Amino acid sequence: MVGYRTPLARVRGLGSAKSGTDHFWKQRLTAVANLILISFAIYLVVRLAGADYPIVKKTLARPQNAIPLLLLILSGVIHMRLGMQNIIEDYVHAEGYKVAALLLNSFFTALVGLVCAYAVLKLSFGA
Amino acid sequence: MAETGESTARPISPHLSVYRPLINMVMSILHRLTGAALYVGTLLLAAWLIAAASGEAQFARINGVFAHPLGKLVLFGYTWVLLHHMLGGVRHLVWDTGRGFSIAQVNALSWLTIIGSVLLTLALWMVGLTLRGAL
Repeated sequence: MVGYRTPLARVRGLGSAKSGTDHFWKQRLTAVANLILISFAIYLVVRLAGADYPIVKKTLARPQNAIPLLLLILSGVIHMRLGMQNIIEDYVHAEGYKVAALLLNSFFTALVGLVCAYAVLKLSFGA
Repeated sequence: MAETGESTARPISPHLSVYRPLINMVMSILHRLTGAALYVGTLLLAAWLIAAASGEAQFARINGVFAHPLGKLVLFGYTWVLLHHMLGGVRHLVWDTGRGFSIAQVNALSWLTIIGSVLLTLALWMVGLTLRGAL
């Protein structure tokens, strides 16, 4: 291949989208984190299914449960945002709709993440 | 050369509808569908956490919704969707290492994903119901 690219562009290796393997890598990073954190969350939910409110409240307020939950919320919404971005870019081709959908995707995942984190913190610091 | 007006049967690019469904293709489609479903399903987790943080009355209300047969059905479906996406993700992580690409391995991994997700879902619900003394 004839090298029309500048040496700087070759060294950076970011390609035409200017983000290189960033999307791919973050999707995998959060996937591995989610594997661990979701397994913990499943254990927690199965244990709490049908439990009385004071027990649920006390359990969720414990730092050893609240901190993994907060990590899951963070890792989860990043993974959700990247995955939905993939779907949007695959199927929505009209530029206006695509940008709007990508914006909504970011807003939605940020909102869901913050709402969940707020609820966990509220439980931790005495709901 | 000018067209004579008659439409010529041109070769077209093959697409979804011309392929017989193969297990790895079905699992690939399911991986995307379950991912999208989980995206929306996160609202269930959010609702549960908000209710728990809002007080006993709100928590009782959301538990009532989840205890309804329809609510249970949604939660059961949510469990399978989550586990299927998780196992599908593990399959992708295996592929990311450059392994598991022979036809036989691809098919085996695909069958493991679907069978594993169904069995794990049933096992989880049996454990959950047994712990509650409902089974």
